[in-house]
Formats: sequence, C-alpha cells, structure tokens
Amino acid sequence: MEAGQLSHLKRLENESIHIIREVAAEFNNPVMLYSIGKDSAVMLHLALKAFYPSKPPFPLLHVDTTWKFKEMIKFRDETVRKLGLDLIVHSNSEGVERGINPFDHGSSNYTHVMKTEALKQALDKYGFDAAFGGARRDEEKSRAKERVFSFRNSSHAWDPKKQRPELWSIYNSRVSKGESIRAFPLSNWTELDIWQYILAEGIDIVPLYLAAERPVVQRSGTLLMVDDERFPLLEGESPQKKMVRFRTLGCYPLTGAIESDATELNDVVGEMLLAKTSERQGRLIDHDDAASMEKKKREGYF
Amino acid sequence: MGFVESIQGREVFSSYIASQENKGLLRFLTCGSVDDGKSTLIGRLLYDSKLIFEDQLSALERDSKKHGTVGEDIDLALLVDGLEAEREQGITIDVAYRFFATDKRKFIVADTPGHEQYTRNMATGASTADLAVLLVDARKGMLTQTRRHAFIASLLGVRHVVLAVNKIDLAGYDQARFEEIKAEFEAFIASFEFDSSIAIPISARFGDNVSARSLNLGWFDGPTLMEHLETVDFEDAAMNGPIRFPVQWVNRPDHTFRGYSGTVSGGILRKGDQLAVASSGKTSIVERLVTYDGELEEAHPGQAVTVTLKDELDISRGDVLGSANNRPEVSDQFASHLIWMSETPLYAGRPYILKIGGRTVTASVTEIKHKIDVNSFEHLSGKQLDLNEIAFCNLSTAQPIAFDPYEANKDTGSFILIDRMTNETVAAGLIWFGLRRATNVHRQALNIDKTARAQLMGQKPVVLWFTGLSGSGKSTIANALEQKLHDLGKKTYILDGDNVRHGLNRDLGFTEADRVENIRRVAETAKLFVDAGVITLVSFISPFKAERQMARELMEEGEFYEVYVDTPFDDCAKRDPKGLYARALAGEIKNFTGLDSPYEPPEAPEITISTQDATPDALAERILERLQQDGVLSAI
Repeated sequence: MEAGQLSHLKRLENESIHIIREVAAEFNNPVMLYSIGKDSAVMLHLALKAFYPSKPPFPLLHVDTTWKFKEMIKFRDETVRKLGLDLIVHSNSEGVERGINPFDHGSSNYTHVMKTEALKQALDKYGFDAAFGGARRDEEKSRAKERVFSFRNSSHAWDPKKQRPELWSIYNSRVSKGESIRAFPLSNWTELDIWQYILAEGIDIVPLYLAAERPVVQRSGTLLMVDDERFPLLEGESPQKKMVRFRTLGCYPLTGAIESDATELNDVVGEMLLAKTSERQGRLIDHDDAASMEKKKREGYF
Repeated sequence: MGFVESIQGREVFSSYIASQENKGLLRFLTCGSVDDGKSTLIGRLLYDSKLIFEDQLSALERDSKKHGTVGEDIDLALLVDGLEAEREQGITIDVAYRFFATDKRKFIVADTPGHEQYTRNMATGASTADLAVLLVDARKGMLTQTRRHAFIASLLGVRHVVLAVNKIDLAGYDQARFEEIKAEFEAFIASFEFDSSIAIPISARFGDNVSARSLNLGWFDGPTLMEHLETVDFEDAAMNGPIRFPVQWVNRPDHTFRGYSGTVSGGILRKGDQLAVASSGKTSIVERLVTYDGELEEAHPGQAVTVTLKDELDISRGDVLGSANNRPEVSDQFASHLIWMSETPLYAGRPYILKIGGRTVTASVTEIKHKIDVNSFEHLSGKQLDLNEIAFCNLSTAQPIAFDPYEANKDTGSFILIDRMTNETVAAGLIWFGLRRATNVHRQALNIDKTARAQLMGQKPVVLWFTGLSGSGKSTIANALEQKLHDLGKKTYILDGDNVRHGLNRDLGFTEADRVENIRRVAETAKLFVDAGVITLVSFISPFKAERQMARELMEEGEFYEVYVDTPFDDCAKRDPKGLYARALAGEIKNFTGLDSPYEPPEAPEITISTQDATPDALAERILERLQQDGVLSAI
C-alpha cells in the first residue's frame, strides 16, 4: 500500500458508506433495493458498516419477478433472518395473473412488466422517496454518466439531459412530492473490485456464483439452467449436467451460465482476471440494441 | 502492464490477488475537445490495460462501421462516448466516469468535454480529481481552451497536471515541435503553483508513449503517460491540517450509546484528542472511534467512522467537530468563488439553498465582486451570472456556518447552491475567507421593541403584499383598503412604484437582476415599517416566486399576507390604465411582465381576489374583514 494512503478498496468502501449515510440522513423514507446478487451483497454489507452499532435505518425491497433461481430466494430469506432486517417482497400481481413470462412474451416485454413496472408499483405503494441500487458505472455505457444521486421524476423516469451536476461528495437530495432519488453507492466500483472486496471481507454470496454440477440446456450459444419444471424444453432438448457458475444473477431463464471449475471464490476471481467477455453478456436484456439500457432507464428501470 | 495472463497455480494466484487488494487509487480527469483525441486516449488506456472485453470489442466494431470517424480502424472513442445523443453527434456532452487498473494502481477517470459551454462539466470532474491530463493537438499547440482547462483545474484545487501532447504522429514525431509546446506550457502554468507538472508526447491512436515506449519518440527521456500516472506522488494535504469531522448522522441504537457518524475530512483523528463543536464552541475528548470492524486508535482523512465523546454535548447533523486549538471559522458572511451551472441566471439578493457538508441553510449572494473571463482571466463587473460563468462573490447565510478556506480543506470549504423552486443544483462554491462584518456589527439592543410600538398603536403590524400583473388593480385596491384602515384609526403606509422607484430605487432598471434587487429593498423596507408597528401595504408586480418567498421569510409567522390580484393578461391589456400595454405590444418597452418577461403566480397566497367579480371597494372590504377576523386590527 502506498504510504499514508488508503488502498483503493478502502477508499471505495469509505465513499460508499458516506453515500449510504447521506441518504439515510436526508430522506424521510428510503429503501434499499435488494436483488440478492453479489452487488447487493456488497451494498448490504456496506450498509451494516455505515450504521454500526445501529442497524440500517431502512427496509430492504426485493422485486420478485417470480422467475428467480430457487437458491436466490433461499439465500435472501436466510440473510434477512440472520441479520434481523425488514424485507419487503413485491411482485407485479397483474403480471402474474396475466401469466407474463420470459419464454412466451420476450425478454424485453417481460422485463418491462415484471421488473420495471413492479419496481414502480412498489415505490409508489410505500411512498419511498429514495431507493438504493447496486448499479455500477462500469457495467454499461449509459451508466457511466449517471449520478450517484440520480433524480427521477414523478413517473420514475430518468432524463439524461437533465441530470444535476454532482461535485465533491455533496449530494443534492431535494425532491418535490412524488419525485425521488435513486442512490448508487457502488457507482465507482468495478466488477473486479466487487469480487476482491467479497474475498477480502468474507461476504456471503449465493452459491450459484460458484461452480457446481447443474442441469443446463444450450440455446443460441447460451447455457440456461433448468431451475424448475416451468422451463419449457424444446423438442429434442434434455437438460445436461455440467459444471457451471454464474457471473451475474437475475431471472433464471434470462441468465446465461458459463462452464467453469471455479468451486471457490479465489478461483472465481482468478477466472475473472483472465476473462475475455464482460459480465453483462450473460444478461440477455442488454443486447437488443446499443442504447437498450438507456431506454430502459428512461422508462424507470434501475 | 495489464493483468498477468501467464500466472498459473492457485498459490501464486492468491498472493497476486492479495497484492491487488492493496493498490492505491488515483482519480484523474481528462480535458480537451473531441478534436484533441480525448475519447481516443481514454479508449486507448482501457484497451491497453485489457479492460476491453471481446463482446465489447465486437460491439465496437459494429458501432465503428455505423458512426466511426477513422475509416476501417476500430474507433476507440466510440467506446467511451456513452449516451445515444453523443454517439450520434460525435461529441462528449456530459461527465462520464471510466475505470481501469494496472498492477500498480487503480484509476478512476472523469472524462469531461472541452468546450467553453461545458465549464460546468469540467468543474464537476475536477472536484474529485487528484490530477488533470490536459490534452492538446501537437499540430495546434497550446490553445485558449488549454489555458482555460489549466485555470479551472487550479481553481478546483487539482494539484497535479500532465500536458499530453497528442497526435505527435501527425507532427512527424518532431522533437522541436514538442519542446516548443512544452516551453509555452511551462511558462503559462508557472503562476498556478501546481505541485507537479509534466509534458508528455503521445499518439493515442497508435499508442505511442501511452503505455508502451515508442521508437518514434526515442528522443523523449521522460516516462510514458501510464508510468507517470502509476507513480506520481499525490499525498493528501488534508492529513497534515487540523482535525475536521463533519457530523453526518447521530448514531443512537439505544440509550447506552451515542455516537457521531461521519467521514474524517482533515487531520488525523485519535482517541483522547480534544475536539470542539464549531457552532457552540463546547469541547470534549474523543473516547472511542467505533467501526464495524472494531475500534480504531486513529482515523485518517477519507475514513468513515463513528466517534463517541466523553461528555454529552448537543451535537446534530451538520455540526463540524474540529481540533479544539485550531477550529474552523464560523460566520454568516463569506467570500467565495461561484461556478454558475444553471440556465437560469444568478441574481444578487435572490435566496437559494446552500448545502455544505451535512448542513443546509438559506443563503444569498450579497454582492458579485467580479466575474472572471475564463479565457483571458480578466475581471469583469456584472449584476448577474449566466451558465458556465465564474465569479468572486460575497454570500450571506440565514444562520452562521462552520467552514475552512477551500485551499486548506476541500470538504469543509466547498458547497453547492440549490434553487428553491426547481431543486436543481445551480452553483458550486469554493470558500475563500469569512467576512467579519456580521460578527463585528453587533445589533444595538433597543428598549422599545416591535410589540411595545404595536401596543401603543392598538394594532398588529403586518405586511399586505399585493402581487399581480401591471394594471391588474393592485394599487387601486390597496388605496381603497388604506382609506378604510385610516378611517378606523389604524396606522398604515403604502410602498409602491411611485414612492420607491423615484427615490430609494431610482438606480435600478427593469432587467431581471434589477427587479430582484428592487424587491429585496422593498421587502427590507417593509420589514422596518412592520418593526415600527405600521400596517404596511406593498403594491408591486413582484413577478418572481423566489423574491416573494424571500419577503415572506423576512417577516415573522402571521405577519405576511400575500394578496394575489388575479386579473388575466387580456383584461389588464384591455384596461391599460397607463397605456403601457399598448407601448409594450408595439415593442417600445422591453422586459414587460406577462409579455416578454415571465409572471410566476403565487401557489398558496393568503388572499386571492379577482377584479372581474367585484368593485375595488368591495374587494378592499373583503380584505378588511379578513384582517378583522385575524385580530390584526385590535391591540396585541
């Protein structure tokens, strides 16, 4: 470590804690989006640090599309119980009734109804004026320009041309009724930072990130895990057991696995260092067109 | 360079990963315009540090064919121009943050556009940067914009600069050309007193001297750009200063624990240190430095901790704890640089929200001392500040705040201004020094106060603030009301354009800036009349919400009646008692409210009257009844 200076992970950790405290101090009714993935795990860990010895003064919100991996839900419930935190689970019941699913309705349509709309419903229902998200600027091009405190209008939309200037570590938290802020404490972290931090801090993550034998089928170059009986097998398709892991976790029909022997965290970080593809490649929603994330965010996606 | 690809075996890996955990972090900004190859340089840095993945590369090839500007080659710039609009226009219009790492350091790059109209964005990027890379085209050399970039970087307290002389390939890798630019650069920045500065010749497009040495530049004996970024010593000066700990959050899990959570912003905070609360001056001793990972003996700038003190003091969010023997300044008046970031201009006298650390107060600019031309650095005079303008100003806050000069501490010396109506961030401020005026001019304590005067008069002094378009009937109604009050034996006074514009405010015109100042003076005068016990009727168009709000806040609760005379524009124009509408519509009068200057109607006036459904006398009667109901007309 360089003399007299904090390591890059410590600098990032401290910055995130500052942001998390700032949100808790300035908003009436904040909530932390908890997606159960590795970024959420880090964000939650930072929240525990930020308020210690108090507990984080806000609930967690999980937007459940009903298509998450079973192991994710199990991990979520265990984590919340172990830490004694409040968890709100919200699903778009209208979407569930209409039977919206990623197989029949296309990833884009499905994501809009079960994620974006569901999220907006939950934020409106509980009247949250700030919501933490675990997004990082290195994930995607439109994220690179998003603020740490990202303003959303009363219909939850993001306007890239009307972003508030953000200087130093001073964040503008003022909103009118109905408007809100999405706060991104991990803005300056990279995927590698996340893994290094998980390793250094011994943070629990969903076992799906580690390689294990899992039933998968291959579709247009992507390995999909057959997580439950709702997975419609095509003619001639039968699940194969393969050693796979996931670099990113979402809805199982939309999340590609990679073949890997990395059964321990250390190995995962090792593979990560040698990786030749970026992590969102495993996510099918970003591929529609070059500006697909920007469009989604304008509609209110995280 | 890059992540070592040949490492094999788990143990080697583990130790490699462990070494990567303890790297330092350098934040830098790149400034220059698209033409200088700024985006290409960042693309090159990412590419060279192997942070471009195969899928991104194939997306890049696709995009290069669609929008690229370098023929068949992959256009590295497209990698960084993020938003849709930018990809189409080929310009970088916002600050984007990029990340890469080498074996030695991790880097966060603030990628900021170069044109003058983006001063706002560059200042944003510079506010968190340890170093600035100023990019010039070797063929063009130092430009006006390069000087502007150096100035803004210096103003924002960036201590290290690199002049990257790019496109040296197009200048024939010519040493003489490079030396010429370097000499000019060194002469220019001498006055800025950067801690370090260096000029480096590079070709971002071909990679010469970015991260790999180039045979084409064999004559250059300095480091590559990457080597310099990896090794430049940028120690945080705040560490050697006095202790500063802005309190972010009071941590009270139960009655047994009371701590103050925040981030150390200056000095080294140790157990046993004596600290003072800046606002109250009370002192105590640091008992514990609590963190999730255990108690600390000391905490450095940038560390987020929770402090407990030996004594129970009244401390809340926004307070600053400082070394007891070296405290921050506390004042409600100070001088600072302002960088204006809004399309709506700044007017002296208009109130804004000021946020410094965890503290939020109402503030206004009392005087624009001078504006600074960012290209020539000349001082200019001005009554308003427009988007991207920088000025040296005096500010005053509604309550005293604790601060340090920005030069001494960036955290306690910086603030933002927020518009009270739109909630936009409109300015960034850098404090230079406190103005002692407020503390030295003590108010003369008077024996007879407002209540005593009001009692003698048998009334409760209030302001009736009539607002509405020109010709809406404000003055007519105010006159009728004053007559009625007078008949009841009440002491009154009317402030209107006739008696104020010709005397007190005769130096003011009708620009937006002058209108703001006009209303400020009227409001202050009304306050004096109320203090004298008088029922004060103010009849001014007062078109802006912000100023009416300011007037309201000068008075005490219940003393301010906003009376909205709601006459539609067409009616006023038809009535046109002074012939002003005819002249304005003919283009003879500029800045006419309702025509080419806006009127912002009140959102929650105490009284709204419409001249369409009653005579002025009846309307005055209605207001009188309201005052009677509220007890204004009887003794306190």
